[in-house]
Amino acid sequence: MVRTLEITIVAGIAGMLLGTLIAVMRLSKNPILSALAATYVTAFRSIPLVMVLLWFYLLVPNLIKKVIGNPNLDIRLLSAFIAFSLFEASYYAEIIRAGIQSISRGQVSASLALGMTVGETMWLIILPQAFRRMVPLLLTQAIILFQDSSLVYVMGLVNFFGVAYNTGIRDGTLVELIFFAGAVYLIICFAASTLVGKLQKKTT
Amino acid sequence: MFWQPAIGDGGNYLSYLIWGLVWTLLLSLASWVLAFVVGSIVGMMRTVPGSMLPKLGAFYVEIFRNIPLLVQLFIWYFVLPELVPIVGPWFKQSFSPALQQFISAALCLGFFTASRVSEQVRSGINSLGSSQFKAGLALGFNITQVYTIVLLPVAYRIIIPTLTSEFLNLVKNTAVASTIGFIDLTQRSKNMGEYTSHLYESFIAVTILYALVNLIVMLISRNLERATRLPGYLGEKK
Repeated sequence: MVRTLEITIVAGIAGMLLGTLIAVMRLSKNPILSALAATYVTAFRSIPLVMVLLWFYLLVPNLIKKVIGNPNLDIRLLSAFIAFSLFEASYYAEIIRAGIQSISRGQVSASLALGMTVGETMWLIILPQAFRRMVPLLLTQAIILFQDSSLVYVMGLVNFFGVAYNTGIRDGTLVELIFFAGAVYLIICFAASTLVGKLQKKTT
Repeated sequence: MFWQPAIGDGGNYLSYLIWGLVWTLLLSLASWVLAFVVGSIVGMMRTVPGSMLPKLGAFYVEIFRNIPLLVQLFIWYFVLPELVPIVGPWFKQSFSPALQQFISAALCLGFFTASRVSEQVRSGINSLGSSQFKAGLALGFNITQVYTIVLLPVAYRIIIPTLTSEFLNLVKNTAVASTIGFIDLTQRSKNMGEYTSHLYESFIAVTILYALVNLIVMLISRNLERATRLPGYLGEKK
């Protein structure tokens, strides 16, 4: 369970940071940057998460080993972090882009009239407002990330569901343990999404 | 390399991957039919007046949305054949393992996506406003007729874009079925990488295939939107 939460939190935060960067890139006037960002988002959104995980599990360690030259097993956790962060970043980028675009143009015009640069406008004016609006959606995406973290099973990484499954096979109580794992996920996600709903009501 | 013969299959690696695509699409379509039917029913259930049916619908949606897809898949494939009394052993004995996996995966993905489709249907119906519903009742329709004649045609047209993205999510989620042994496109890319030790090329090819499926579904959906557009109601005229 700790591993699952680790993955959720690390990938969530990294994904949000990277996603913000990509969203800003996508909205910039520079056509190269925006095309790059659009390609990134489209690419990561059209292939399954399982494939992204497999990419990083099988391919990237080879690249890293050539760079570092030290084959160690810990690379699986690192590549899971990287894979999830990159994958979630594309989804977060879409959410953040929608949030940024929902702020009225008047704000941008006013801040530019006050003499701020574009960067200052983004950082001080637009992003705080956009994030406040986007918090429920971002948290919902984090809940989805929490559920998808169960997929590291395909990489052989230990996570909550993998432990439950392996214990079930070992002890012969597979049915009960799978139901138990499902119930735990159900309770956690249901509680989290109820909290997000309450948060949404409070901020609207 | 793609045109080299594959091990134990007859035909080359390209056809191996294309067959994977075919199986993935078959699974997606089978699940989509189930998801669309069940999702529409549950979505409608959540919008009827009264309190019993909406709560039932909400219960269904919460269960299927909050349990991860992988856990649901394992439940359908490993757990249910053990628990269900008569159908279970019959299921395990009379179908080949591949068909078992296909059916379990189709059922699991169908019900999982149905919960998301029902949310879309519910929001589509709610976006029409209660005035349409009341006008229908005032005209003398009973509730079934109000839904089929007044609400659903417009609601479905409204949610075509979101249903498209749900379908694309479904196609991507079929990759999860590879964990129970169903040899879909993702699994085949791994296998092909192992057979030929050309891992990069096989992954790139499969990525291209997935992107192609995305593109084609988007085009179909855009044409569908255009073909079913109601005059003066939604979308831009071009």
